[in-house]
Amino acid sequence: MQLGRVIGTLVATQKYEGLEGVKFLVVQPLDKRGESDGEPLVAADGTAQAGPGELVFMIYSREAALALPEDFVPVDAAITGIVDEVDVR
Amino acid sequence: MYIGRVDGTVVATIKNDVFHGCKLLVVGKLDLDGKPMAKYDIAVDMVQAGVGDRVLVLDEGNSARQIVGREPDGVIRAVVVGIVDDFTLAEGASV
Repeated sequence: MQLGRVIGTLVATQKYEGLEGVKFLVVQPLDKRGESDGEPLVAADGTAQAGPGELVFMIYSREAALALPEDFVPVDAAITGIVDEVDVR
Repeated sequence: MYIGRVDGTVVATIKNDVFHGCKLLVVGKLDLDGKPMAKYDIAVDMVQAGVGDRVLVLDEGNSARQIVGREPDGVIRAVVVGIVDDFTLAEGASV
């Protein structure tokens, strides 16, 4: 998993079956020091509790769908936790 | 798998259920000269590793779920599976 900063929200009424009720957020990926690293992306919110401004960690690829209630859905990035504290030396 | 260095820790209250009771480490990938690379993972610790340790990191979901005991649908991919004592490259090996 990698760190990210939630920078926005996304709404899609019409989406693939299984994604009903899933919240999508725009996330800027971060390096381990908290600096922006790469292009922003859209991630499903596996915690259902994240919002703009929050520091989160995300999982990519097949595992992303496993963070959601329906685990065979077309999603390649998902938020798996909201960070309280990162201590990197 | 890759060789990494434990650079830090992550604490989270709100997280997926599979991580409850797990220690999450920030592990930076090392090249074979031991120099830090840009890649890193937030990985589940299975070997009581600590900050500064050189470790072996598994980055594949099915194996990760097996050893952490979260089959079949645990949202887990990167796991620290060993603390590296030493490694050597064959003489003349180019990296």
